[in-house]
Amino acid sequence: MNFWLFLLLSIVKVAVVLVIFLTSVAYTVLLERKLVGRIQNRWGPSRVGPFGLLQPLVDGAKLFLKEDIIPTHVYKPLYLLAPLIALGCSLLSIAVIPFGEPIEYHGFKWFEIADLNIGLLVILGVTSISVYGIALSGWASNNKYSLLGALRASAQMISYELALGLSLVGVVLRTGSLSLTKIVEVQSVHGVASWNIFGGGQIIAFFIYLTAAYAETNRAPFDLPEAETELTGGYHTEYSSMKFAMFFMAEYGNMITVGCVATLLFLGGWTSPFGDLIPQPQNFFVHALMPIVWFVAKVFAFLFLYIWVRGTLPRFRYDQLMGYGWKYLVPVAMLNIVGTSLVLAVFP
Amino acid sequence: MHLILFLIFAAFSLAGAVNLLLQTHPINSALSLIVVMSSLAVLYLLLGAEFLAIAQIIVYAGAVMVLFTFVVMLLNVGEEEHTHGSVVAKAIGFPAVVLIFCVVTTVILETEKRLAPIRLTDRITTVQDLSKVLFRDMLLPFELTSVLILVAILGAVALARKEGHT
Repeated sequence: MNFWLFLLLSIVKVAVVLVIFLTSVAYTVLLERKLVGRIQNRWGPSRVGPFGLLQPLVDGAKLFLKEDIIPTHVYKPLYLLAPLIALGCSLLSIAVIPFGEPIEYHGFKWFEIADLNIGLLVILGVTSISVYGIALSGWASNNKYSLLGALRASAQMISYELALGLSLVGVVLRTGSLSLTKIVEVQSVHGVASWNIFGGGQIIAFFIYLTAAYAETNRAPFDLPEAETELTGGYHTEYSSMKFAMFFMAEYGNMITVGCVATLLFLGGWTSPFGDLIPQPQNFFVHALMPIVWFVAKVFAFLFLYIWVRGTLPRFRYDQLMGYGWKYLVPVAMLNIVGTSLVLAVFP
Repeated sequence: MHLILFLIFAAFSLAGAVNLLLQTHPINSALSLIVVMSSLAVLYLLLGAEFLAIAQIIVYAGAVMVLFTFVVMLLNVGEEEHTHGSVVAKAIGFPAVVLIFCVVTTVILETEKRLAPIRLTDRITTVQDLSKVLFRDMLLPFELTSVLILVAILGAVALARKEGHT
């Protein structure tokens, strides 16, 4: 395939994925408001459009049009850079995620922006970089609440990154590759029975991943960086208008990415839960689109779980959070690696 | 294409390095160092070392530099005071820099004759290749390094332990 055509098609693919991703970010916010409303026995947004479905658009317009206040005492270059880093990192990792079966057309892959040998490591790398957005925003705001929130966030993210990375080793051991496509292909044969969470014996790793991911994305019950009762707002206290919206979008984007990664690593990605029990559809379009439907359904289940947990569990105390991460999650993750390696060595 | 990417990221890395020295505020210097390290990661990637590139990002740009910025934020250090530097440092430093530059240039010019130019389509070194070398051919140095790191961790724990608490 011609280089320039390849480049053009790739740009189109990136644009399409970005639009879908940002739209789903906006609607995840609506989903959260609706579901938390239901959990708290109220309606949630219901006025704008049918069932409040136009609420995200109106919210977006509101945030765009609001006055953008830059406080006088902030350190301006980093204050402006921080939301860009946060949102950029949030959008970056979606590039390596395969959404559907790897269908190639003249060497051009649909349903995935980039298929890398080290896709999993790229996601971990982006996660490790994304601390800067929050850390710098808190520091540059020159506000003690922001700084406290940012310090909490960075300490929490560094600590839980370890458990997060270690929990994935079992999956990599089973697959023998760091490529996300290969990780899914290993789980594709017998449906639910060969998913890593059940057939792969990674159910402990799955729960470690889930807990660590909640902490990484600063979501309840680990949302101490923005504990409004103690910190007024957290690291984004001094931000307004579109800059605040960028942090907001980054948070929900990270939630979606975590859902995608958990789907790929533990729930068999785009494969159907029935495996070979249901014959493959013969129609080309159904064959191409069914995997995407499964993928979206699984990611949606994760987002639902995220919001459900937020609506149900109370916030941890900060020392409990740190103790839990270091004294409990990390050792268990290491034991899981040892156990998985032993099983794989005895029954290759 | 390879050359263009190389030039862009080499320029980034050099600009970051110069900026690191010129900035007076520690956090700006730390951020410049992150730029240098990330550009180095891209240069590794251009050489076909994908694992090295991403390890550079995760370990250096991610973990090490986060700790740096963390310390700067916690201590809230202000502007750095500029001293004129000692005479000894200038007397030894500049000749040493020239010497190192000469040695590196000579080595590069020597090896350039033997090596073929690299292209984007070249085969990349996979994680499997790397692990074969690391765990088969270079097992002893690898294990020794891990012991060294263990000693460093124990040293850190010993230093961090407060007096009186045993």
